[in-house]
Amino acid sequence: MNLQATAREAGGVLVVELSGRIVLGDDSAFLRKMIRSLLDEGRTRIVLNLGDVDYIDSAGIGELVSGFCAVRSRGGELKLLSLNRRVRDLLQLTKLYTVFDVHTEEAMALRSFR
Amino acid sequence: MEPESKHLELTLQTKVESVSLAEEACLRVAEAAGFGEDECYRIGMSVREGVINAFHYGNQERAEKKIYLSVEMTPERMVIRVLDEGAGFNVKNVPDPLAEENLLSTSGRGIFLMRAFMDEFEVARGRTGGAEVIMSKRLPGPGAASPNGDSAAPRCES
Repeated sequence: MNLQATAREAGGVLVVELSGRIVLGDDSAFLRKMIRSLLDEGRTRIVLNLGDVDYIDSAGIGELVSGFCAVRSRGGELKLLSLNRRVRDLLQLTKLYTVFDVHTEEAMALRSFR
Repeated sequence: MEPESKHLELTLQTKVESVSLAEEACLRVAEAAGFGEDECYRIGMSVREGVINAFHYGNQERAEKKIYLSVEMTPERMVIRVLDEGAGFNVKNVPDPLAEENLLSTSGRGIFLMRAFMDEFEVARGRTGGAEVIMSKRLPGPGAASPNGDSAAPRCES
């Protein structure tokens, strides 16, 4: 597995720094389990920092969508931060860029939580 | 004399690891053909999506079935074929992932990405009776590659 995550608290929001690839297999399964685990702990205000995620395939996109919907179904919000060019282009191509709340600055992402 | 055409064939097992194996093999060929970094990325992603499709939808993740990958380099194009041993499907019946009602679907974007990233894309019924994804990318033009195959654009990551 390639994907790694570290989480930290920032003003009531959990910022999860991801690095690696989010692709079919262990990586996307890891992301799914991590978000489920956070939800089980009652964490529903989440920022995924994808600054060090250099590659996402359709399975990874599906996992991000799944996480977004799971958090929203608990009344929370999952936002994306620091997309690289390819990930941003991929989300724009698939029309998901407007579905996700995407930020370039962490401070802005944190302020955007209601 | 006929222009030379090069051909690579791989028989892959129906398992997750085959996705990256196929991607890496095709990236090596694309890099050697002089494709730039962005085109290599698009080719690699398309191969991933083709093999994911074969693995999951075609072969239903059944280990006894095979996935057949072939890459043909003609003087003009890189042609990639991914064949599974499933029941085949009609690409016209695949839902549009950009439709409002499908935007939050957790799957169904693979074919859309292959169409978007390759110059030509089609799905045919293959010799196994399963689906054969056939996609191609025009080779870089003379301005993009030097005679020794080096591209002016950044190269694929190894």
